[in-house]
Amino acid sequence: MSLLALFLVVAGLGLIGWLTARMRAVAFRRGSTARFSSLPSHFGGYVALWTVLPAALFLAVWAATSPALVTNSVLKDPIAAQLPPPGFDRAAILSEARSLAAGTSFGAFNPLAEKLAPAYAVAQTQIDWIGTAVALLLVFATGGFAYTRVRPDFRARTKVEFVVMGGLLAASLIAILTTLGIVASLLFESWRFFEIVPITDFLFGTHWSPQVIDPADPGATLGAVPLFWGTFLIGAVIAMIVAIPFGLMSAVYLTQYASGAARRWMKPILEILAGVPTVVYGYFAALTIAPAVRDFAVSIGVTWASSESALAAGLVMGVMIIPFVSSMADDSLAAVPASMRDGSLAMGATSSETIRRVLLPAALPGVVGGVLLAVSRAIGETMIVVMAASGVATLTLNPFASATTVTKQIVDLLTGEAEFDSPKTLAAFALGLTLFVITLLLNIVALTVVKRYREAYE
Amino acid sequence: MTISNQHKICAKRVSVYYGAKKAIDDVSLNFDQRYVTALIGPSGCGKSTFLRTLNRMNDTVPSARIEGDITLDGEDIYDPSMDVVQLRARVGMVFQKPNPFPKSIFENVAYGPRIHGLAANKTQLAEIVERSLRRAGLWDEVKDRLSDSGTALSGGQQQRLCIARAIAVDPEVILMDEPCSALDPIATAKIEELIHELNGRYAIVIVTHNMQQAARVSQRTAFFHLGTLVEYGATSDIFTNPRQERTKDYITGRYG
Repeated sequence: MSLLALFLVVAGLGLIGWLTARMRAVAFRRGSTARFSSLPSHFGGYVALWTVLPAALFLAVWAATSPALVTNSVLKDPIAAQLPPPGFDRAAILSEARSLAAGTSFGAFNPLAEKLAPAYAVAQTQIDWIGTAVALLLVFATGGFAYTRVRPDFRARTKVEFVVMGGLLAASLIAILTTLGIVASLLFESWRFFEIVPITDFLFGTHWSPQVIDPADPGATLGAVPLFWGTFLIGAVIAMIVAIPFGLMSAVYLTQYASGAARRWMKPILEILAGVPTVVYGYFAALTIAPAVRDFAVSIGVTWASSESALAAGLVMGVMIIPFVSSMADDSLAAVPASMRDGSLAMGATSSETIRRVLLPAALPGVVGGVLLAVSRAIGETMIVVMAASGVATLTLNPFASATTVTKQIVDLLTGEAEFDSPKTLAAFALGLTLFVITLLLNIVALTVVKRYREAYE
Repeated sequence: MTISNQHKICAKRVSVYYGAKKAIDDVSLNFDQRYVTALIGPSGCGKSTFLRTLNRMNDTVPSARIEGDITLDGEDIYDPSMDVVQLRARVGMVFQKPNPFPKSIFENVAYGPRIHGLAANKTQLAEIVERSLRRAGLWDEVKDRLSDSGTALSGGQQQRLCIARAIAVDPEVILMDEPCSALDPIATAKIEELIHELNGRYAIVIVTHNMQQAARVSQRTAFFHLGTLVEYGATSDIFTNPRQERTKDYITGRYG
C-alpha cells in the first residue's frame, strides 16, 4: 500500500473514531442532568487525535527511514557483492535498480541494476507490509485506548486543548527551525570552503576574481574585501545618503506639517513605493539611471565613468529604502509624546525649532534603529545590484567607477556552470554566511536600540 | 481701552469652537499682575480651553477657531501682527503632566533662553539656569547633577523643572493647567508653596480640579460651567459667599 493511501486510511479511521466517541458521549449525556466538563465534540476530538497522531508520527518517521532499510536488505543479497565499492557508481546502480523495481523506468543502463531490481522489489514489498501493519496496529491500539477513556467524568476538553497548544507551538517552531537549518547548511558549506581557502585570505584578501583560481593557492584570488567594500559603498553609503535625509524629511513633514488630507493620500503612496518589486527598480537603475549617471560623469569631465557605476545602483537602492526609513522615523516621531511638542511650542519655539531641538533628539534612537534596519536591508538587497552593478570587484572610492556587491557575486558564482564542490562555488556560501552574520548583528543592534528607546516612554 | 492699564490680560467676549462645537461661550475675564487667578469647574467646562487661548496654544489644534478679543498689556494677541514666538515668551505655560524634554536638567532650563537668545555667553546662561532653578525651589536638589536627564527626576521635581523652564525666559504671565493633578500630596504641597513665592512677580492663572487648592493658592477665582463663565470674584467670596446657585452647588460638592 502506498504511503498516501495509508495516510488516507488512517485519517478515515480517525474520522470513525471521532464519530463513535461522539456518539458514545452523546449517549451518556442523554438522560443525565449532571454537568460535564467536556462536550461530545471534545471526546470525538480526543479519540480522533489518539487514533491519527501516533500512527501519523510513525508513518512520518517510517517514510524517512524505510528507504535505508530497503537498501540494507538489498545489500544482503548475494548479487550485491558484485557492486563496486561505495562511491558515485555504486549509488548510481542502486538508484537505477530502485526505479526499475518501482516501475518508474523500463530498462537500465547498467546490467547489474537489472539483476538487483527483483531483490529491490521484494525488499520494498516486505518493508511496506511491515509499515502498514505497524501503522494499523498503532491506530487500533491507541485509538482503542482513547475510546475506553470516554467516560462522563473524563476531561477530554483539557486534553484536546493541550494538543491544540502543541500544534500552535509546532507551527511557530517551523520558522525558527528552518532558520536554524539554513544557518546549519550555510555553516557546513562554508566549512568546506574554509578547508580549501584559509579564512584570513577570504576575509582580508583584496583581490577578487573567482574566474581564475590557481589550484595551488585558491585564496589568492578569493579575497572578499573588495566585495564588502562595494556592498558598503552602495548599500550603506550611497543608498543611505539618499534614503536618510529624504526618508527623515518626509516623516517629519507627514507627522508634523501635513494636514490630515495630505497625510491620507501621501502615506499610501509611500507604502506603494515600498511594494514595488525590486526587479522593477533594477530595470530602472540599469536602463535609466545608470546611463544618466555615466553621461553626467562624462559631462563633468570624469573620463573613467562606468555604465555600471556604484552610484547608479546606490541611488536607486536609496530610493527603494526611502519608504522604509520614512515609516520607521514616522513611528518614532509619533511615539514622542505630544506633551513634548506642546511644551516646546509653549516656550515660544517654532515648529522647525521644536522638531530640530526636541522631537528629533527624542526620536533619535528609534530613527537610528530604523536606519540600521534599512542598512541591513540594503546590503542584503540583490535584484537591483544584479541588474545595475558591475561584476568586476574594484576597491575604489570613486562612485562613478564600477563596484560589485556580495549578493551580486553570490548570484554570479552560483549561476555559472561550475561543479558544486569547487572553491568558486563554495565561496558563494562563505559570502552568504558572512552577509548573514553582518545583517544579523545589524538587526540585533537595531532592535536593541529601538527597544530601549520604547521603554523610555512607557 | 482704559481697563488695560489696570489688567495684565483682558479677555472680552471670547468664544472658542472646535469644528462646529462651541467649547467656550462668550467669556469675558480680566487677569491682574498681582494675583493668582484660579479657574475651576467640572471636567469639560472649558477652563483648560480658555487657558490655552491666552498663549494661543489652541492654534496647534487645526479645527479650533476663536472669536472675541484678548489683550496682553493692551495689545491684541490675536492680531495678525502679533508674533506668537514673542507672545509665548511673555506668557509661559506649565502642563498637567510634567513634560521635561529628554535632555539634561541644565538643557531643559536653558532651552527657552537659547531659543530667544537671552544669554550672551555661557556664564550668563548658567546664571539664568541657576536663578530659574532657585526660584522654582529645585536648585538645592539638582545642583550637583545638572547634566543628568530631566526625565530621571521624580514627578514633583519634573514639574518644578518645567516651572523653572517656563520662568527662565522671564515671562510676565504663567499659565498652569492642572499642574498638580499627576503629583502626590507632598509634591503638590511643594508646588503650591512655589506658587505662593512666585505670586507678585508673575501674573499666574491656574486651572485646577481641586477646590481646596484653588482656595489655598489663589486670590481670584473664576467658576466655569458648560463653556460659560458663571461667576468671577475674590476667592474668599466665591468659596464663602457665592452669588450664583450653580457655584454654590459645585463648591459644596453637589455636582462636578
